[in-house]
Amino acid sequence: MAAEELPSEVDVVIVGTGLCEAVVAAACSRVGQRVLHLDRRSYYAGDWASFTFPGLLSWIQEQQQPADWSSLLQEGEELVHLNQSYSSISNLQVHCYVRYSTCQESGTEPELNQSQSEPCTETEGQSEPCGETEGQSESCTETEGQSEPCGETNTQSETGNETEGQSEQRRLTLPDLVREGRRFNIDLVSKLLFSRGSLVNLLIQSNVSRYAEFKNVSRILTILNGNVTQVPCSRADVFSSRQLSVVDKRKLMKFLTSCLDENDPPTEFVGRSYMDFLEQQSLGAELRHFLFYSIAGATEDTPTEAGLASTRHFLRCLGRYGNTPFLFPVYGLGEIPQCFCRMCAVFGGIYCLRHSVQSLVLHRDSNRYCSCLYLCPCLCLTCLSPVSLLCLTCLSPLSLSSVSLVSVPSLGSGFPSVRIVELSPSTMTCINGTCEYCSTNTASTTTTPVRHLTLSVTGGPSVLWSLYFNMAASSEVEGQELPINVHMGSAPDSALGHDVTIAEKIFQKIVPDEEFCPPAPNPEDIIYDLESGGPEAPLTTSIIHTHTTFILGNVGEVSCLRTQ
Amino acid sequence: MHNSFTKLHGRVKVKTTAQQEEEKKKEREKKLKIYVAARDACFAKRKEGIKDEEALELTQQLLSSNPDFATLWNQRREILMHLETIKDEDEMQKIYESELHFLESCLKVNPKSYGSWFHRGWVSARLPRPNWVRELSLCDRCLSLDDRNFHCWDYRRMVVKMSGVPVEKELEFTDRLIGSNFSNYSSWHYRSTLLPLLHPESPDPKSSGDPPSSQAHSHRVCEEQLLKEYELVQNAFFTDPNDQSAWFYYRWLLGRADREEMISCVYVSRDEERVVVGFSRPVNVNVFILFVEVILECLAVVLLFSIVLLGTIQWSTNVNVLVFRSELSVEKTSVLQSELQSCNQLQELEPLNKWCLLTIILLMRALDPLRYEKETLAHFETLKEVDPMRSAYYSDLCSKFMIENTILKMEYAEVRVFSISDKNLTTLCHLDQLVLVTHINLSSNQLHRLPLQFAMLQCLEVLEADSNLIENLEGLYHLPNLEEVLLRNNNLQPLASCPKLKHLDLRGNPVTLSDGIEAEIKALLPSVTKLLL
Repeated sequence: MAAEELPSEVDVVIVGTGLCEAVVAAACSRVGQRVLHLDRRSYYAGDWASFTFPGLLSWIQEQQQPADWSSLLQEGEELVHLNQSYSSISNLQVHCYVRYSTCQESGTEPELNQSQSEPCTETEGQSEPCGETEGQSESCTETEGQSEPCGETNTQSETGNETEGQSEQRRLTLPDLVREGRRFNIDLVSKLLFSRGSLVNLLIQSNVSRYAEFKNVSRILTILNGNVTQVPCSRADVFSSRQLSVVDKRKLMKFLTSCLDENDPPTEFVGRSYMDFLEQQSLGAELRHFLFYSIAGATEDTPTEAGLASTRHFLRCLGRYGNTPFLFPVYGLGEIPQCFCRMCAVFGGIYCLRHSVQSLVLHRDSNRYCSCLYLCPCLCLTCLSPVSLLCLTCLSPLSLSSVSLVSVPSLGSGFPSVRIVELSPSTMTCINGTCEYCSTNTASTTTTPVRHLTLSVTGGPSVLWSLYFNMAASSEVEGQELPINVHMGSAPDSALGHDVTIAEKIFQKIVPDEEFCPPAPNPEDIIYDLESGGPEAPLTTSIIHTHTTFILGNVGEVSCLRTQ
Repeated sequence: MHNSFTKLHGRVKVKTTAQQEEEKKKEREKKLKIYVAARDACFAKRKEGIKDEEALELTQQLLSSNPDFATLWNQRREILMHLETIKDEDEMQKIYESELHFLESCLKVNPKSYGSWFHRGWVSARLPRPNWVRELSLCDRCLSLDDRNFHCWDYRRMVVKMSGVPVEKELEFTDRLIGSNFSNYSSWHYRSTLLPLLHPESPDPKSSGDPPSSQAHSHRVCEEQLLKEYELVQNAFFTDPNDQSAWFYYRWLLGRADREEMISCVYVSRDEERVVVGFSRPVNVNVFILFVEVILECLAVVLLFSIVLLGTIQWSTNVNVLVFRSELSVEKTSVLQSELQSCNQLQELEPLNKWCLLTIILLMRALDPLRYEKETLAHFETLKEVDPMRSAYYSDLCSKFMIENTILKMEYAEVRVFSISDKNLTTLCHLDQLVLVTHINLSSNQLHRLPLQFAMLQCLEVLEADSNLIENLEGLYHLPNLEEVLLRNNNLQPLASCPKLKHLDLRGNPVTLSDGIEAEIKALLPSVTKLLL
């Protein structure tokens, strides 16, 4: 790979532009480290990226046809392999529920779609929604009431019968979506920012927040007895809630207030399920539902102490920016890593997309600094299954707000509880008349229940297009000593919030004495020293010194590390 | 060495704090110079009476950095008023519109600037073609940033008045504000002014005799709406029982009833040449004189007869039952009962909440003061414990209620003996209700004084007030019938004079220790025959 434009000497080489890597890059660059930041992809943010609709389609194609980089590998004194074709994405499925075209406007799309169409039958005929629901019939028993409307709307699209309140909305076709596609920003992972979480604090502390714009999540919803219900979580919500009795209001507020105090849970509940604990608190079933699924975001095996801790975190985040504890970046989550990259670049970091480290020079004499990367495709990875869905105008309770978080409780075995983020066009992630649903969950099951539940959420918004895939989570590289100048970043996890503490730890290992992301100075306070700031002389070969630190973003960048 | 080089290299150089400070200082000095120069120029122009647009420009510069410079706002108004005389309406419209625009920037500097808000009101009122919709939306924006900005509330009220926003719209507005944050006195209070306008109480046959003026100012709300309000406010205090604003609104909802004005008691004594008239609520002096004249005219003949025959006449009604209850309301008992139930429900969940306890006490009194006496006392004890800062207030309030109860009991028993010993009374009130009492027993309480209103007890013959903390006898004036005073174990210092006093027991008071006290008392109270020191 051509490296002639790259600097000859750097302090830190960072491979991958995911969130963790971008934060480390910004932090290092900010304190004067010379950063070379590479990404083999043609876009920023790796698995954290947000795509336009055409961008997403080509991304899908890329995942399905792994590029063969082997021909580009070079020989060196010490041969080092980097896994270029590694993909963190697996089990990718695309479902398209809209017509391919009314008139053939853009010629390439139908081909694209055919290449994805194997998993779903609907794409061939105009729509056979019943076939789809039948295929899942064993899993739909609990939600069959909800699955019907979806069938209906699909049938409608077949017959062109527009009786169901959506007549004002012209039926969208796939070419429509593609033509308007640049106005989509579809996230690969679905996350929100806790308004007092580590990421928001970091954004503020480092002034990186200047580069982005945020929306407050406007509502927290859940599915209660088959209905979409707003979860009263703030004081104002509890006050105006119509479904809670005054006594329930008091009990809920009392419980929440008591959670705010940093009390350890009663010893008898330590290690026991959070649900058991809630059941002991003389709270009604409805309140337990809210507290368990929506506020604590708990699952059946969440222990009490973890449930209480996440409740506390939720509550502490309330009120900082509005009535819910969450923020969402306008234009999608992919903005955040890019903002940090921008900060890195402002302080002299050098960026190069479509580039990756090809080989590393190994210092045989000094064990401490040598590093070497080998191919090893079979790491044991835990799986996530982020799900991206695009839906047509949503039904009643939704639509008005910009961002909602919907928690769908478990519906029995095989239907784990999931959390879905609903994004309206005001977040600049989808076009008018559509709405985006994303969900990232730890997947111990297939992806279909998630989609199925998503449909049940809104009482059947007609799904236009959907995408499912599993994403490899970061995992400890076990049994192998990392060379001390090599650090591993982290891939997106399935938690709702972001954790940037790993980035901070890496930073402290590289430059232990420096402050992590101090506030960026105002532009007028920067002294521009033209004499020493000249460009580096280009070199033909890239020399990386032993003091150089490597940060490898995703496990995808290198599947296995081994000291030689 | 290599390392240190590379670390320095490439680092963005930032000015040191000292450098920054220095620059800021210079900047400040420069600004100050400009500011002072502009101020002097403004003052000079005002002195010379120059009201031109340059002066307008100068004051604008100053005010945009310091919107609380009241003199400059005055100067600006002078100039604008002058311009009004020389410009036509369209030009003035333009000038005033730019003024409003400028004011908006001032409010951004200080959203609670008295001068800016006042000036905005002034300009809005003078604007030839005002745009009230824009003003309302400005208020909404300001209130969404700070929903307790009382300047904005004031200004908004003015805008609403000027533009005639319908009351329903305003009620919806308070709904919205309360919904987003119910800890807001302004919203609740605004609601309390709107509701009687929108949902006035349906005309009550009983109150048809009232003068029309009092109906126009009726603060009552129709029952249907009241029930909705109870529900709303309950949502607030169940959500956060420690928030006062909701409780205060609740008290307003419960306590809208005005007492009916009536005479509760008449006492006429020929020997003492006195007429005493008790009213059910405070009356002003003019009304009082009118009443006395009317009474005297109407009853003159009858009374004269009786007085000649009997020497005195007393007449009292049993209105107290109503008087004491209407502290809260004359609302249907069933409604109050259900309110009491929900408060009790809250109290079970929050046994130590003072607002809840106090409201329960008030509700109990409104319902049946005698039946709930025991509970009321227990709640007062809890209140004093959970809110020690206000324990004296609670004691006074409790005393008041105990006195009311005793008066009720006395009236039911139709006696003229008022006995309220050992009830921890800290204050005396409702003495106007005791005009006809001949024997009062206040012993073993916590009273510090006998108030001046004690002179109301025109028929009083025996006063028992042993074992209190009474310090002086200032209330014991003009009691023509007083014959016996028992003040053992008090804190008495000086003495008062009562001409008919025969029996005086002052044992255990500091005053007994002074020399020649007996002679002094004899001089002061010549008719005392039995003096115990």
